[in-house]
Amino acid sequence: MELFQYPYMQRALIGALVIGLAAPALGIYLVQRRLALIGDGVGHVALTGVGAGLLLNRSPVLVAVIAATIGAVAIEIVRSRGRTSGDLALALLFYGGIAGGVLLVGLSDATSANLNAYLFGSLTTISPADLTTIAVLGAAILVTMIALRPALFAVSHDEEYARVSGLPVRTLNLLIAVATAVTVTIAMRAVGVLLISALMVVPVATAQQVTRGFRSTMAAAMALGFFAAGSGVWVAATADTAPGASVVLVAIASFLVVAVAGGVWRVVRRRATPTVAPTPEPHEVVLS
Amino acid sequence: MTTPVITVEHGVVGYDGRPVLRDISLTVTAGEVVAILGANGSGKSTLIRAVLGLVPISAGTVTLFDRPLRRFRQWARIGYVPQRLGAGGGVPATVREVVASGRLARRGVLRPPGRADRAAVDAALGAVGLADRAGDPVSTLSGGQQQRTLIARALAGQPELLVLDEPTAGVDAASQEAFAGALRDFVADGGTVLLVAHELGPLRPVISRAVVVHEGRIAHDGAVPDPAGHHAEPDHDHVHPHCYDEPAGLWSN
Repeated sequence: MELFQYPYMQRALIGALVIGLAAPALGIYLVQRRLALIGDGVGHVALTGVGAGLLLNRSPVLVAVIAATIGAVAIEIVRSRGRTSGDLALALLFYGGIAGGVLLVGLSDATSANLNAYLFGSLTTISPADLTTIAVLGAAILVTMIALRPALFAVSHDEEYARVSGLPVRTLNLLIAVATAVTVTIAMRAVGVLLISALMVVPVATAQQVTRGFRSTMAAAMALGFFAAGSGVWVAATADTAPGASVVLVAIASFLVVAVAGGVWRVVRRRATPTVAPTPEPHEVVLS
Repeated sequence: MTTPVITVEHGVVGYDGRPVLRDISLTVTAGEVVAILGANGSGKSTLIRAVLGLVPISAGTVTLFDRPLRRFRQWARIGYVPQRLGAGGGVPATVREVVASGRLARRGVLRPPGRADRAAVDAALGAVGLADRAGDPVSTLSGGQQQRTLIARALAGQPELLVLDEPTAGVDAASQEAFAGALRDFVADGGTVLLVAHELGPLRPVISRAVVVHEGRIAHDGAVPDPAGHHAEPDHDHVHPHCYDEPAGLWSN
């Protein structure tokens, strides 16, 4: 525990906790609209922003926010058009993004250690200024996702119904796209481009195994993300492992524990209460 | 009671250049219960989707409550019931949460739900007989109960016009009766209804007018036509498939 007396470890912990809360709050909408892997795609595009930032000697995180936003909005436009070639367009964007990032980082004076910091996260090198950025943007994401929950739920659940309700569907979709870009970029420092989607999606996947409603799933997923971030950083500090990977592995371990426990619980309950066979509904047709 | 609620004049709709509706003109006035009938592929669902602005019309005009569709903003006056609930990405949602979405048209995006919203959701759940399932995940409901959830969602917004897309398709008898009852109450309170149906079943007494769409045109507009041929026999069981099976598999679209 004495490790957490060092300011850099405190910053690492606070940064991870903010992201652990914010990422699932956004991720639940992505999972609901079957875009669980979108964070991955946006992360790839963000990497080009990192490369451009390093090359131009600008703040890589800032340029990455811009690049990721452009990428996320482009993906949203492709998605809303509903063209069958959508997944190919996304593939082009993903691989273009990561190739562009690697190329630009190579052109700059940055070392491969720099690239690794963005690919796999580098919690312990978060500066006080970085932490402020993470906290402010993370809080903004969190407040938006919670305050607009009824509308974002409606749009993610049934987009056509939302349109007939007169909701600003396009604005809400773009809001989710931009929020994805922002979350990806702040989470990049914690878990890295390649593991971002895990923090958005895995806590939601864990929570929805035991919850019954949307709101309870969101609350449980945020609690799980918070727990995974905290204990992941603690594991990393005590066992000297990579923080980003530790956070993600804790999240996946929670998923497995809940999945197994849930399965056992269902079997036990079925044994305990001898259920009456449900009365079948009457046949709609008679097959002679 | 002759205020026009929906007016379609010479409406034309095509998907990718293939015409689905050719020159449709239709007026629904306040208090009417109009059923759009027709075979699969006749364009009857496309007609109501065009009325709601979900598919663009390439020619003609659509007017809702005396306003051109393009400038229509009072969406709280309309309650839309789609054919079925989308599967979504597997995130659970309770019946109450889905029905509560129906209040957004009235409340707007930014205002949190208040007491009036909760009361309207309770009333809508009661109207379709799902009050005891309010806290259950919708995925655990039967098809008919899910359909009733969608009707409750539309009723929760306290609309003046209900637009329903095949509300009774594949729905069990109990749910059909519950639905017919909810519709009767809605009409008794002065509501207007436009619904698409393949067969009317228990809804038949509620319908005031039938419009038959055939190959993208209106073939009949007036009294509810009697079922023809063996469909008319009282013990007729409808056994033929309603549409050709699509080839299931990885490559089907």
